[in-house]
Amino acid sequence: MNYSIIVKEDCATCQLVVPVIKQLQTDDELTIYSQDNVQFPAGVSVIDDTELEYSWRRRIETVPTLIKFDVNGAEISRVVGWDKNEWQVLTGRPLGFDLPNFRPGCGSKSVDPGMPEKLSARFDRDKLQSRQVSVSTEEDDIEACYERGWSDGLPVVPPTAERVMRMLTGTSRSPEEVVGIVPPDLVTCTIEKIAINAVLAGCKPEYLPVVIASVEAALQDEFCMHGLLATTYYSGPLVIVNGPLSRAIGMNSRGNVLGQGNRANATIGRALQLVIRNVGGGKPGGVDRSAFGNPGKYTYCFAEDETNSCWESLAVEKGFSETASTVTLFAADGMQGIVDQKSRDPESLSRSFAAALRVVGHPKMILASDAILVVSPEHERIYRQAGWAKQDVKNYLNKILTIDGAELVAGAGGIAEGIPAKLAGKQLPKFREGGLNIVRAGGSAGMFSAIIAGWGASGSIGSIPVTREIK
Amino acid sequence: MTIFMDPTSERAPENRQPLPRPADLQGKTVGLLDISKPKGNIFIDRLEDLLVQKGLTTKRYIKPTFTRVAPIELNQQIAAECDVVIESLAD
Repeated sequence: MNYSIIVKEDCATCQLVVPVIKQLQTDDELTIYSQDNVQFPAGVSVIDDTELEYSWRRRIETVPTLIKFDVNGAEISRVVGWDKNEWQVLTGRPLGFDLPNFRPGCGSKSVDPGMPEKLSARFDRDKLQSRQVSVSTEEDDIEACYERGWSDGLPVVPPTAERVMRMLTGTSRSPEEVVGIVPPDLVTCTIEKIAINAVLAGCKPEYLPVVIASVEAALQDEFCMHGLLATTYYSGPLVIVNGPLSRAIGMNSRGNVLGQGNRANATIGRALQLVIRNVGGGKPGGVDRSAFGNPGKYTYCFAEDETNSCWESLAVEKGFSETASTVTLFAADGMQGIVDQKSRDPESLSRSFAAALRVVGHPKMILASDAILVVSPEHERIYRQAGWAKQDVKNYLNKILTIDGAELVAGAGGIAEGIPAKLAGKQLPKFREGGLNIVRAGGSAGMFSAIIAGWGASGSIGSIPVTREIK
Repeated sequence: MTIFMDPTSERAPENRQPLPRPADLQGKTVGLLDISKPKGNIFIDRLEDLLVQKGLTTKRYIKPTFTRVAPIELNQQIAAECDVVIESLAD
């Protein structure tokens, strides 16, 4: 029979089994691979695996590992460490009578901390299809990324093959899988390109599935990413994350939820923007024609605080189960605050919210922008105490945001802006049906909430929010 | 040599490209940068004559010394005031 064994000198169990190795090499066809010293074991023929390629390709985690092959070279079975009985069963012969029955093996050098990524980058690089860009060692790595136009203005993490391979460990999906067509250049986008941009953005591999789902959602036709990019309006994509994964990766849904300081929030939103910039070619001054933009166009991502909420999450409202993890993409402007420290009943608080929601876009603008109302725990408590579900709040808001057309027509209030005069006699809703959504997030102290207004072309003429499960 | 994986659509060449050239100089302000090499001013004077004859606006700049890169303030001034720049080498 054919066997191979992988050993390292710096392992007491490997030292222990040297007599057995010598016996096997005498009786069978045994190839010995040494991870740290080609002189070990002494007196036998050893193949140098100090580069760890064989160990990597055989996915060795423990030394010694003894592998049995059939005549075609296919692996039949393997044993790890020293277990006298297992070795005897595998080889079908009596072995190691002088040895103890059992000794655990040692860690393979191929699984030392940081080593799998290095080996993956070295030996699996053919799995990556992207062009390799050579940068002189004279150049500063981060400056080189700026010079090549890969940055949104902030430093990016240089996308070495090692980092990209490590990022790809965050998904079981194949690097070459195409997830969609990215505007404005209409370029096919692969998992690999998303992973490279996730590296640039500073993501951990565990965030990659969220980034992939965000890109997939953004590329759905109803989200209208091309128009959102090209518009002169303020908006850009906002990612709201729901479900257990948001908590597992440590996303912030509480204090400073729309601010800085949380790596997952910061880098997931940024990775999406970098995919649009680098893969799609969408850049300010190019197809991005926004007059102002908004600070969220660097990164705009947060999680809904579902813990202890009295409300269904946004994802459950959209038809997903509580155990599903989702992203919801919304074409979003910046944030506008609503301070109400005195309301203690839901009607009063809702009237505050409605007054603030009324001015989205313009106090006379209707059926144009969607909006997301981000309700803080202290404001949510008022609804909780009154037994109002999210839908009750939305129904009430939509009711009192039905406005007399006479207030909205051009010229009313001495303001030329407004809707056509013929609509003066109508009662008109501020938001399209389903255009107003609510999430619960923010710090536990503060009777403040927040409005995230949407693109002035919300709905079927422009962008419809898209929710997608993270896989 | 460091190798990075290209994050882009790979439509542009790998090597950095110069900025796009203007189709013509009509209406442009042309900066003339003398790097302070001997006789660089003579070369620039002649270029300026030719450009002015074509009706173009020119602006003159001088680097303090040819031995060092231009001061950032000078780069910023030229970028703010000119559409294109011609830099003279002479001896």
